[in-house]
Amino acid sequence: MALNTPTKPADPDYVRVRSTATIDSGKNLLDVKALKMHFPLTQGIIFQRQVGAVRAVDGIDFFVEKSETLGLVGESGCGKSTTGRAILQLYKPTAGEVKFDGVELTRLGGEDMRKMRRRMQMIFQDPYASLNPRMTVGNIIGEPLEVHNLARGKEKTERVQELLRVVGLNPYFTNRYPHEFSGGQRQRIGIARALAVEPEFIVCDEPISALDVSIQAQVINLLEELQDRFKLTYLFIAHDLSVVRHISDRVAVMYLGKIVELADRVDLYERPLHPYSQALLSAVPIPDPAVESKRKRIILTGDVPSPVNPPSGCRFHTRCWKAQQICSEVDPEFIEHEPRHWAACHFPGV
Amino acid sequence: MAQQLLEVTDLHTQFFTRDGVVRAVDGVTFEVAAGETLGIVGESGCGKSVTALSLMRLIPVPPGKIVKGSIMFDGADVLKMDDDEVRGIRGNNIAMIFQDPMTSLNPVLTISRQISEALELHLKMDKSEARKRTIELLDLVGIPSAKKRVDDYPHQFSGGMRQRVMIAMALSCNPKLILADEPTTALDVTIQAQILDLLKNLAREFRTAFILITHDLGVVAGMTQRIHVMYGGKIVEKADTAELFANPKMPYTWGLLRSIPRLDERRKAKLVPIEGLPPDLIAPPPGCRFEPRCQYRREICREKEPELEHIPNSKPDHEARCWGTQQGGWLVDTDWHKEVGDTRVIEEIKQEVAQLPPEPKPGDVPPPPTAI
Ligand SMILES: Nc1ncnc2c1ncn2[C@@H]1O[C@H](COP(=O)(O)OP(=O)(O)OP(=O)(O)O)[C@@H](O)[C@H]1O
Ligand SMILES: Nc1ncnc2c1ncn2[C@@H]1O[C@H](COP(=O)(O)OP(=O)(O)O)[C@@H](O)[C@H]1O
Ligand code: SF4
Ligand code: SF4
Ligand SMILES: [Mg+2]
Ligand SMILES: [Mg+2]
Repeated sequence: MALNTPTKPADPDYVRVRSTATIDSGKNLLDVKALKMHFPLTQGIIFQRQVGAVRAVDGIDFFVEKSETLGLVGESGCGKSTTGRAILQLYKPTAGEVKFDGVELTRLGGEDMRKMRRRMQMIFQDPYASLNPRMTVGNIIGEPLEVHNLARGKEKTERVQELLRVVGLNPYFTNRYPHEFSGGQRQRIGIARALAVEPEFIVCDEPISALDVSIQAQVINLLEELQDRFKLTYLFIAHDLSVVRHISDRVAVMYLGKIVELADRVDLYERPLHPYSQALLSAVPIPDPAVESKRKRIILTGDVPSPVNPPSGCRFHTRCWKAQQICSEVDPEFIEHEPRHWAACHFPGV
Repeated sequence: MAQQLLEVTDLHTQFFTRDGVVRAVDGVTFEVAAGETLGIVGESGCGKSVTALSLMRLIPVPPGKIVKGSIMFDGADVLKMDDDEVRGIRGNNIAMIFQDPMTSLNPVLTISRQISEALELHLKMDKSEARKRTIELLDLVGIPSAKKRVDDYPHQFSGGMRQRVMIAMALSCNPKLILADEPTTALDVTIQAQILDLLKNLAREFRTAFILITHDLGVVAGMTQRIHVMYGGKIVEKADTAELFANPKMPYTWGLLRSIPRLDERRKAKLVPIEGLPPDLIAPPPGCRFEPRCQYRREICREKEPELEHIPNSKPDHEARCWGTQQGGWLVDTDWHKEVGDTRVIEEIKQEVAQLPPEPKPGDVPPPPTAI
């Protein structure tokens, strides 16, 4: 079925295929439904009263297929890291479902969750803060092996050395401390630690943002090689849209606690449906003066509003150049406008 | 050559630290014409900020010191000025915009106080005149309802708005030159687009010259007329912007261009990273500074340092610092898109890097012989 890009809801060609972003095909490693993560805002020193909530993640639906990379992009504070952490149950979600390989994580007890956690790991943005400065590299990488009873003693040492080699570091380094390494090397240590328990799924939270431009490609290539080699599935969080385009199979765009668009990589970058995605893409500078001189930028006015009091209706209406009356009144549904291409907007398309 | 606004010649700035002398800027020569935007690109630690701070004589002394060179601004040598003259230059002729606006805004003074003060001091305006001008400036840089917000404190503004305030401050005394050091690095892309758009309009409207310092090749592509690439405290390539992207001549520049994915890439090509790490500026490599990471290197690169020279088959003002691309060199006809370098050398570099730090300490465990 060939679908045209619909221009407005009244368009007769406008196809509503399904209203949530789930395909129950058994291919999904992760299914997230109506996930919410609110942080209470409190006041008072002795008697803390709740005066509101930061609605960091406010009802999102998406899925991640086995062995794919789903990119998650959006501006600072839109809820990307919170999404990653809520999926791994590092935060207890306020509402919603997180199904990993068919198992509902939000209802799992301590021991069952510990077993599941082995299958899901996280790589952090800041290679300086995420490694314990008082532990040797050997202990940092070996710790998860002990916690999950995977290896001890000599076997553990060998496994750690093997992991160091896998991420391109010298296996001699087991007795060194994190401060003896460069940023890129520390990020490799973080990756080795995540790989130690042989996970299937890794949340990469801005793994290259803190690195020098010339080092970023080293880490991107390493992540790609590891994915092929160990059949890994990634949720790749980043704010750099060029990097996300490079590494992802599909991409989700987030704005103020909501996913506003979700599509295959090429569809999203070549035919974005949501005005926010369009603005975001047009804002990225391209290292080519010939291209840059011909580009037209959509310059958004103002800043991202606060997630404590998000705007009514469509959250983007305060900055959207296409906004109409309905946008401030009705929150647009997240709809599959084309096969595997979802967007939440009353007036999607170009 | 047209009359230059700024001429920097053989600038050397060093920091005298406990570990040794950091040669942060090591013989840098360039000029900026009135109304021109010059881009300086390079990764962190290569000396971009120290270059900018040197121009304003803002290097902390000690540990820092400008040990050699000259900085001619509008015909006068900034390095020979006394402190009063330098202050005059800073307020009236050269202004600076930093990456983190909070470092240069005073958190306990209102926005109005901070901008008006400079106007009263440098342009000898009276209080009400200065306040009126402050509001005009805030309007100009796109602060919504400037009249109402002028008495706010910096923390009441978002990151993008603080950067606008910084720009308003920089503009307050109609400078001839603005140094913008990573002005948008801390901002989100949509806000970055707003700020770059603003800077571009200002450059056009007021014919202010800019030096735009960034690690982002995308940012300079759309903003500048000429670009200088810095590596390890030196300029390694100079060209006009179109020429630099169409016809880059130096392996480090090639490396930068190959290692970043592009938003408009059609096919997913594998990135070619620059292996290894940037040099330690206390003990830089004796020959070419890029030699430890360069897959095109030859014996001479390790022994002798190349000069910044005009390159055959390029525009007259195109210069690069590389033995391989100079007259008669082995890279003169290299197509950098296709010839990625000797894979054996790349492996060699990877091995060398994996060996850092060099010798194993007594407690280190030797690797088992089996490879996985
Ligand atoms: N533990 C917490 N308590 C209260 N608020 C929080 C907490 N963690 C995050 N938030 C808030 O939730 C919102 C989303 O934060 P999150 O860290 O997920 O953003 P992000 O998209 O990862 O941003 P960045 O790109 O800056 O990393 C922000 O407004 C943030 O201040
Ligand atoms: N106050 C200082 N003391 C010692 N070293 C310094 C100081 N400021 C800068 N440096 C060193 O000078 C070199 C260049 O730094 P800088 O110009 O800030 O780099 P960048 O290109 O990232 O702006 C680096 O090696 C840095 O560590
Ligand atoms: S729903 Fe309305 S305000 Fe929201 S993105 Fe679509 S057009 Fe813009
Ligand atoms: S001089 Fe030699 S080492 Fe330096 S960039 Fe040129 S080829 Fe590479
Ligand atoms: Mg984050
Ligand atoms: Mg700097």
